[in-house]
Amino acid sequence: MNKEWPLWEVFIRSKNGLSHKHVGSVHAADGAMAIEHARDVYTRRQEGVSIWVLPSSAVVASDPETADSLFEPAKDKIYRHPTFYTVPANVKNM
Amino acid sequence: MTSQQQDLFEYATRLGDSALILGQRLSEWCGHSPELELDMAITNLSLDLIGQARLLLALAGEIEGAGRDEDQLAFLRDALDFRCLLLVEQPNGDWAQTIARQFFFSAFQQLQFQALSQSADARLAAIATKALPEIAYHVRFAADWVVRLGDGTEESHRRMAAAIDNLWRFTDEMFLPDAVEERLTAAGIAPDATALKAGWLAAVTATLGEAGIAVPAPHRPVVGSRVGHHSEHLGHILSEMQFMQRAYPNAEW
Repeated sequence: MNKEWPLWEVFIRSKNGLSHKHVGSVHAADGAMAIEHARDVYTRRQEGVSIWVLPSSAVVASDPETADSLFEPAKDKIYRHPTFYTVPANVKNM
Repeated sequence: MTSQQQDLFEYATRLGDSALILGQRLSEWCGHSPELELDMAITNLSLDLIGQARLLLALAGEIEGAGRDEDQLAFLRDALDFRCLLLVEQPNGDWAQTIARQFFFSAFQQLQFQALSQSADARLAAIATKALPEIAYHVRFAADWVVRLGDGTEESHRRMAAAIDNLWRFTDEMFLPDAVEERLTAAGIAPDATALKAGWLAAVTATLGEAGIAVPAPHRPVVGSRVGHHSEHLGHILSEMQFMQRAYPNAEW
């Protein structure tokens, strides 16, 4: 029997209006414990107002071997960058 | 000091010492907890308690008016002058023992500080109000673990039930006021500790029920902290906690 607690990925929302960002992972026996551990490990300095935890086993990751075919084609398509617009001065978080 | 100031000094010292010694006890887990995450959790609790102790002992020093600050009260008094509950100086033991001690104390402290937040003494009320959110987390953390271990494996249940049983005899001391507290209660400053027992017992009974652990039979209360009669553990705690100030007086960093 595996004696290690399963791994959980932790996402923290730093303030209302922003999205949850991945900050790391914790070991915990279940979701409730994972929230408590995330609180204790990642929000000691008021980093967040909300926590999400997800079982790490639920993450489906892209294969580094296929990086070329996934990401390379975007490289020479600079017209996809919205750099031709001027952002109004009072728009934040962009 | 007037006689009421004397009572207040004594009372603030009791509250501060219980927080300080439990904080010191929990700090012993640092680097030794069962999991990295629990190491963080238990030392967070420790720091919360030491923060409370700091405010309460600073207040005690201010009331005393003899120029002693919180550091001098914490590091330069001897065991006979300490007023922490016997419960909080009990050894960490295994995780279940640490959790049982925390559960008993935090459930009590929550009720005590809720009442204190309405105290006629504005300074005590402010300290209690500030500490209540962290105490709510301590209660939740400890109660979760009581249920987890009690309702876990055969071995975890056995250990949790043994810890609850072992520490039960120290719980009555929390609810036995002496003349000092009675005078402060009459003045609207301190809650009537006797009146907190029913709420505490209800909360403890509910959690133990969820954990599948029987509420222990009443035990002859083990008391003594009010007059400085401590268990043999306190001297050992102080020898470690006070070592630096004793060996290098006035050292600062």
